[in-house]
Amino acid sequence: MSADPLITVRNLRKTYTVSERPPGVGAALRSLIRRQSREIHAVDGISFDVAPGEIIGFLGPNGAGKTTTLKMLAGLLHPTGGDARVLGFQPWRREKEYLRRMTLVMGQRNQLVWDIPVIDSFELNRAIYQIPDGQYAATVALLTDLLELDPLLHKPVRNLSLGERMKCEIAGALLHQPQVLFLDEPTIGLDVTMQRRIRGFLAEYNRRTNATILLTSHYMADVEALCKRVVVIHHGTLLYDGDLAGLAARFSPFKTVEVEVPKGAGADWSQFGEVIARTDGMVSLRIPKGETAAVTGRLLAQFDVADLTVQDPPIEDVIEQVFQEKLRIEE
Amino acid sequence: MSHLLSVYKGYFRTSLAVQFQYRAAMFIWLLGAIMEPLVYLVVWRTVALQQGGSVGGYDVGGFAAYYLTMMLVNHFTFSWIMWEYDYRIRSGEFSSLLLKPVHPIHSDMADNWAYKLFTLTLYVPVAIGLAWLFRPTWNVEGWALLVLPVALILAFLTRFFLDWSLAMSAFWTTRVQAINQAYFVAMLFFSGRLAPLTLFPPWFQRIADFLPFRWVMAFPVELALGRLTPGQALIGFGVQLGWMAAGLLLLNLVYRAGIRRYAAFGG
Repeated sequence: MSADPLITVRNLRKTYTVSERPPGVGAALRSLIRRQSREIHAVDGISFDVAPGEIIGFLGPNGAGKTTTLKMLAGLLHPTGGDARVLGFQPWRREKEYLRRMTLVMGQRNQLVWDIPVIDSFELNRAIYQIPDGQYAATVALLTDLLELDPLLHKPVRNLSLGERMKCEIAGALLHQPQVLFLDEPTIGLDVTMQRRIRGFLAEYNRRTNATILLTSHYMADVEALCKRVVVIHHGTLLYDGDLAGLAARFSPFKTVEVEVPKGAGADWSQFGEVIARTDGMVSLRIPKGETAAVTGRLLAQFDVADLTVQDPPIEDVIEQVFQEKLRIEE
Repeated sequence: MSHLLSVYKGYFRTSLAVQFQYRAAMFIWLLGAIMEPLVYLVVWRTVALQQGGSVGGYDVGGFAAYYLTMMLVNHFTFSWIMWEYDYRIRSGEFSSLLLKPVHPIHSDMADNWAYKLFTLTLYVPVAIGLAWLFRPTWNVEGWALLVLPVALILAFLTRFFLDWSLAMSAFWTTRVQAINQAYFVAMLFFSGRLAPLTLFPPWFQRIADFLPFRWVMAFPVELALGRLTPGQALIGFGVQLGWMAAGLLLLNLVYRAGIRRYAAFGG
């Protein structure tokens, strides 16, 4: 990493104690005397660094610990152990100077007051964050332009659609020009067009302001479009930290080979690998990584191949495989 | 300080705008707040009339003055935060307040003032109408009226800090409403809201002396009615200051422990 890290996370842990009891009246009475509880390790010792201006995608299935990690870094949760520094601050000390320089977008109702027009909520944030008049006007103009907010600003929040609200939420969270953005599922529930618009906006915002962005998303399209680097978390532990391409290289033991052959060319394609798709003239095969060279050699020798491509499998498939197999990153 | 002022201005403006959206609900709440002392007033007025015109040092006009003043003092000092805090924590709404570089108590306080300013436009004419109807009698002296605002501000702050501290029990338990009810009942009796404390037995009044409730309600009312000597008023201010400091300390301690425990549900 070239620059000094803006975020450092060391062995961060968060454990919740959850009370439990079996069903039934007897169990309810017993629990009055002796309460049973269980510890859940939501985040179980993760470490990573983030350089200024990076956009990082947090990947993991539901309950993996992504949101808990973001909440600790935003200062909402006190960790059970470990340490983290963001912009030189320990987030959970919640110093005002830190809160003025970061933002967390989580769900749909954080920045905006439900019953009043959007612009009035923005005005409130201007007072709370002490945004100078000139900067406020310029930022609102920029965000209005990038997110096409003009027709929305004077509508009460409760009259906005989900996508419109999300755009306004994001704008409200950026009025004070935070240097660090924690975004928890910023495109969830939005249609494809709106997802693309928000993605484009985030990329542009990062380019213009060099803000550091950590985002979680279930949409791989978000991650592929925005994040050069991904951090994969599962059961509170870190499985992978590196670039997106490397994720496939590391975790997928297969390659996808697509072969274009003359129409009517018949063969027992399963002798080359697992057939994923087949049309007349086109076959997709899944082949163990180590055999790729040999298999492509055989295909080229045996058929009059018009085209042949070798690809990593789609990133969704790789991620799914990572979670299913619970692979652990090698030290 | 100027930052906090502009923050308050912002919260206040926002809150007023929201209050305007809920005019009907506000009217119903207001009706409840007026009906309660009105019922007590009618009951005690009847009792006084049957007892030859006076009970426990209050005559018919005295009772009218007591309950009308109590209504206004209660309006000035009450908060509803304890009924909302639980939802705020369970729904994760508290997270958005915690993310702001301003203590969450400030938005609640501005909200409280906005509501009171908004409803004052109805309270004052109602109070005047009731005064015309029940003919209250006051024997207040100038010095008492002069220091009354101080008593009201101390009462408001003490009540607000205690309510906020109690509301934060939602960090530890999901049964906050039960705690709220117990607090409400204690307040009803020991504050003099149900009946002037002089109508209760001496041992009850001694207990009331050691609790905060009478100092946030009965004390400003008695001061406004001219029922206290300067010496008693001075003692009252001292006790009020003590409870306000205790409330602030409690609030800080509970808040610090609460946010360490906060699990940031939802969102």
